[in-house]
Amino acid sequence: MAQVDTSGPMLDAAGVPLKLSLARAERRNRMRALALVLPLLAFILITFVYPIALMVFRGVDNPTVSEILPETAEMLRAWDGEGLPGDEIYDSMAREFAAAAKERSLGKVATRLNYELAGSRSLITKAGRNLRRLKTEPTKADLVALDKRWSEPETWSVMKRLAEPYTLSYYLAAIDKTYSVEGAIVDQPESRQIYVPLFLRTLWVSLLITALCVLLAYPIAYLMAILPTKTSNLLMILVLLPFWTSLLVRTSSWIVLLQTEGVLNDILVWTGIIGEDGRIQMIYNMTGTVVAMVHILLPFMVLPLFSVMKTISPSYMRAAKSLGATPARAFWTVYFPQTVPGIGAGSILVFILAIGYYITPALVGGRTGQLISNFIAYHMQQSLNWGLAAALGGILLAGVLALYWLYNRLVGIDNMKLG
Amino acid sequence: MATALPPYVGPMGKVWHYSFRFLCGLIFLFLILPILVIIPLSFNAEPYFTFSPGMLAFESTAYSTRWYQDILNNEQWLFSIKNSFIIAFFATFLATGLGTLAALGLSRSNLPGRGAIMGILISPMIVPLIISAAGMYFFYSGVCIPPEWSFGMLEERACLTQSFPGIILAHAALGTPFVVITVTATLVGFDHSLTRASASLGANPTTTFFKIIVPLILPGVISGALFAFITSFDEVVVVLFISGFEQRTVPRQMWAGIREQISPTILAVATMLIIFSVLLMTVLELLRRRNDRLRGVQES
Repeated sequence: MAQVDTSGPMLDAAGVPLKLSLARAERRNRMRALALVLPLLAFILITFVYPIALMVFRGVDNPTVSEILPETAEMLRAWDGEGLPGDEIYDSMAREFAAAAKERSLGKVATRLNYELAGSRSLITKAGRNLRRLKTEPTKADLVALDKRWSEPETWSVMKRLAEPYTLSYYLAAIDKTYSVEGAIVDQPESRQIYVPLFLRTLWVSLLITALCVLLAYPIAYLMAILPTKTSNLLMILVLLPFWTSLLVRTSSWIVLLQTEGVLNDILVWTGIIGEDGRIQMIYNMTGTVVAMVHILLPFMVLPLFSVMKTISPSYMRAAKSLGATPARAFWTVYFPQTVPGIGAGSILVFILAIGYYITPALVGGRTGQLISNFIAYHMQQSLNWGLAAALGGILLAGVLALYWLYNRLVGIDNMKLG
Repeated sequence: MATALPPYVGPMGKVWHYSFRFLCGLIFLFLILPILVIIPLSFNAEPYFTFSPGMLAFESTAYSTRWYQDILNNEQWLFSIKNSFIIAFFATFLATGLGTLAALGLSRSNLPGRGAIMGILISPMIVPLIISAAGMYFFYSGVCIPPEWSFGMLEERACLTQSFPGIILAHAALGTPFVVITVTATLVGFDHSLTRASASLGANPTTTFFKIIVPLILPGVISGALFAFITSFDEVVVVLFISGFEQRTVPRQMWAGIREQISPTILAVATMLIIFSVLLMTVLELLRRRNDRLRGVQES
C-alpha cells in the first residue's frame, strides 16, 4: 500500500494531481465535442458562408478597368483628378482601347461605364471600333476627334473612379445615391430613385404580413391550446399539412383560386355579388402577394404561439375571473401578457422569412407586388449588373442578420420549433 | 366540439363561444381550402383551372385522369421526377450524416463557442434564398475541373454549376439546419448516464454509439432527414440559379409551367405532391409518438 500523502494536492490513481487530471479530461471532452461539430462547420463555411461573403464582396469589387486597361488604370490612379488628365493618359487609353477592342473585351468596360454614367456605352464602343481600324498606333488626337465628351472633365472623373480596385458606387446605387461630377455623394435624380422606396415597400409588406399572421394565428392557437389533446392534434393536422406541402403547390392553388377566371371569382359571379364583367383582379398584384404569403407563413406563427399557450395553466384565468374580472379583462391582463414571448418569437421568424421572399412574389405578384428579392434576381439574371445585385443583397443580408441576432437573444435558436 | 359549455355561461357567453369557434373555423378553412381545391380540379376533363358545370353536377364525363396520363407520357416530367429524387436522396444523406454528428457535439455542454457555432450552422435556414443562390452561383461557377485532371472522364471543363454534385452540395447545406435542430431537440432529454453505464459494462465508444445512442436519437434523426429531404425536394431558387437543363427538378419544371404554359398537368403534379407530403407527415407523427414513448412523456 502506498502512503497517502495528505499534505500535498490530491492525486489520482496514476499519481497526477486530481485538479490537473480533471482539467485534462475536460479538455479531451471539449476536443471530442469540437471534433464532432467540425465536419459540418467546415462544410457550411465552405459551401455556404464563403459563397455569401464572396457575393457581398462583389458589391465593392471593381476589377473591370484595372484588368482590361491596366496601364491606363495605374496612371489614372496616380493622376490628381483636377480638370483634364495629361496627354500620356490619353495616349495610353487610346492604345489600350484599340488592344481591348481587338480582344473583344472592351464591351465590359463600356457596360461598366454605363452603370456610372447612363448613356455612355456608345462612347466606349465607338472609340474601340474606330481606334482598332487605325494603321498607326492610336494617340490622343484620334481619341478626342471621335467624341467631344473625351474633352470634358466629367468623363475623366468617372474614368478615374472606375480605375480604383474597389468602389462604393454599387452600394450607393442601392440606396439611390450617386457620385456627382465633383466626386461628392448626392441623391439620384428623383425619377431614378427606385431602391429606397422598394426597400421601404418590402419592409411595409413584411410588417403587414406579420401582423396578419398574428391576427389569424392567435385565435386558432388559443383554440387548440384549450381543447383536449385529441381534438387539438386533429386540428394541428390542418396547420401542418400546408406547412409540409410544396411551396409551388400552394402558390399555384392561390392562382387557381384568385385569378379572374378562377374559382373565387366564379363563385362571386354565380352568387350574383359581382357581374360577369366585374370580375375582381385579386392576383398578379400586391393583394396576391400578401394573401399567398400569409397563407405560406401562417404555420410559422401558429407553432410557436401554440407551444407557449399550451404551457399557460387555465387556472390563472379562472383565478382572475373568480376575483371579479370580466372575461375580456382576465384575458387582456392575465392571459395575453403570458403569450407575448410566443408572439415575439413567431413575429420575428415570419418577418425574417417574409422580407427575403422570392418565389411567391415572382409568381403571383405581377408588376406591383414585387419585393427586393425579385430585383436582386432581376439584376442577377436579366440586367447582369451583378455588382448592384450584390449590393442590394448585402443590405438585405445585413437586415436579416440583425433580426436573426435579435431572435437568438430573445428566443434562442435552440428553442426553434419545427412541427 | 369536445368541450361542452359549462351551465353557468350566460347568453352573451354563448354568442361569444360560438362566434369564436366560427371565426376559428374560417381561419382553418383559409389554411386548408387552397390545398384541397386543387385535388378535384386535377381530374378536370377540360383544360381549365376552374370547376366546369359538369363537375359541379358530378357527371362522370366531366372528370378524367388525362392530366395524370399526361405526366406519365411526358418525358420531361419523368426526367425531372427522377432528378428530384436523386438530388434529394444524396443531399439528405449528406445533411443527415453531418448534421447528426454536429448535434451530438453541440449537445455537450463543454463545447467552446457553442452559441457562435450554432448561429453559423443554423444560418442557411435564415438567410434569404435569393442571397444564398446568388452567392452559390458566384462561388460554384468558379470551382471547375479542367479535363486533364479528370482521368479522361470529362471532355471539357466542368464546373459545379450545371452539375449534380453542385446542386447536391447546395441542398445539403440548406438541409443541415433542420437536422441539427431536430436531433439536438431529441438530445435535450438524453440521459448521459446511459453511455457511462454502457462504458462501465465494457462497451467501447463505437459499440456504445451504435447500440445505445443511435436507437435513442433515431426518431430525431429520421425526422431531421425528412425535413432535409423535403427542403431539397421543394427547393427551386438555388436550382433556378445553378442548375442546367440536365438537372431539371420537379419544382423547376412546375415553376416553368406556372410562368409559361399553365396547364392542368401542374395540378396533377401538385396533387401527387400533396399526397406525398401527407405520407411524410404521417411518418413524422408516428416518429414523434415513438420518441415521446421512449422518453417517457405521457400524452396529457
